[in-house]
Amino acid sequence: MVLTKRIIPCLDLKDGRVVKGTHFVNLRDAGDPVELAQRYNEQGADEVVFLDITASKENRGAIFGVIKRAADHLFLPLTVGGGIRTLDDMQQLLRAGADKVSINTSAVLDPDLINRGAERFGTQCVVTAIDVRRNFEMQTGATPVSLPDGSECWYEVVIYGGSKPTGIDAIRWAKECEERGAGEILLTSMETDGTKNGYDIPITAAISDAVGIPVVASGGVGTLEHFYEGFVHGKADACLAASVFHFGEFTIRQVKEYLAERGIPVRL
Amino acid sequence: MKKTVIIDYGLGNLRSVLRGLERAGAAVAVTADPEEIMAADGVVLPGVGAFREGMEMLGDLRETVVRCADEIPMLGICLGMQMLMESSEEHGLHQGLGLVPGTVKRFPHLRGSSSGCESNRWKVPHMGWNTIRITRDDPLFEGLHREEYLYFVHSYYVRTTAHEDTLATTDYILPFSSAVCNRQTYGVQFHPEKSGETGLRILRNFIGLL
Repeated sequence: MVLTKRIIPCLDLKDGRVVKGTHFVNLRDAGDPVELAQRYNEQGADEVVFLDITASKENRGAIFGVIKRAADHLFLPLTVGGGIRTLDDMQQLLRAGADKVSINTSAVLDPDLINRGAERFGTQCVVTAIDVRRNFEMQTGATPVSLPDGSECWYEVVIYGGSKPTGIDAIRWAKECEERGAGEILLTSMETDGTKNGYDIPITAAISDAVGIPVVASGGVGTLEHFYEGFVHGKADACLAASVFHFGEFTIRQVKEYLAERGIPVRL
Repeated sequence: MKKTVIIDYGLGNLRSVLRGLERAGAAVAVTADPEEIMAADGVVLPGVGAFREGMEMLGDLRETVVRCADEIPMLGICLGMQMLMESSEEHGLHQGLGLVPGTVKRFPHLRGSSSGCESNRWKVPHMGWNTIRITRDDPLFEGLHREEYLYFVHSYYVRTTAHEDTLATTDYILPFSSAVCNRQTYGVQFHPEKSGETGLRILRNFIGLL
């Protein structure tokens, strides 16, 4: 009897429809989010993440309809992220049927939002999404991370969909998020996102070791082995993927069967 | 049709509990009205978040909940289950509803292997799908296998004073009570409304008790 490792499909949404981009641009429409989520549910998804990627710029009313419909039909944990700036935004999404809200740029700009969210709605409701990129110019206060090729870098937090570096050390930021009350970290590396070369293992393992809350690995899955690496080498508690599931390269069940054969506990 | 009420004290996502109970065949109302609660055939006490805030938000409804527990089957979910206990150690010592003898404690900080993956540390909250081991036969678990996966998310766990008040246990860091029952008052630490078909079956079984 053990807590199983989670496989989480992520649905990127624009105007209530599913899209998936590479490096967060070049969007392609892949259908109705609730229908797609239902299919993932049947395949054995452990949770579903809806990410409203254009939320900061455009009308975000559509997301509420999606969450309500999803909560009516899916008896699975639902996480919503994108464009959440205030406690009121969180409250509205939780009321619509979300179980967790994921905050990213707004948490960096206003870290106290994590505290307020955790106090008001509970730690388990607040996911901090952290987007990172490698920075090879070492600076004071940065935590060095060794890469497989022997080089060393630090990981810098980036915001606004990866477009703006912040100078913040990702490992320190992850610890701060935990201290402020985040219940989970959703880590996406810009180095690997969209590449299909696998998760960014060094930073995933470093953050998973540094914090006592669950870490979700995200960005870069292309093969079944990548999930295995994410759990075993990246020490992730959950692995998130989008396009490999959307475009049917393999099903969630195939991933879980692959992992189970290799001794990773999964819910089958 | 049996009338079930979900006590609305301002916390959390009630939509899934509502839909899950409807799916289980109940007429469901979400309410904070003591009269409506007392008139129901079944009462669900939901909840996410912190213990003290939960008890504060419950406010004057505490008395109603305690009173109706004598007459009406009740199901506490997650924080709702924890509030059924006598006390909680979450951020100080706080008094609960005292409907089930026992306490709520925090998971200890432990280094060590979780889930069999190399040197992973135990994470808190306990978040994700874990199994329950049914320790006492009860209609709530009718039709379930001995071990079923259910969705958990919590940082504190319940320990009942009397062994027989625990219906099921789960292992995470240590074995804890994942389902409790004292007379007709039930509590489950997992979220049946988030646990797919297995969870819906448990909700249906609860409705069947009414």
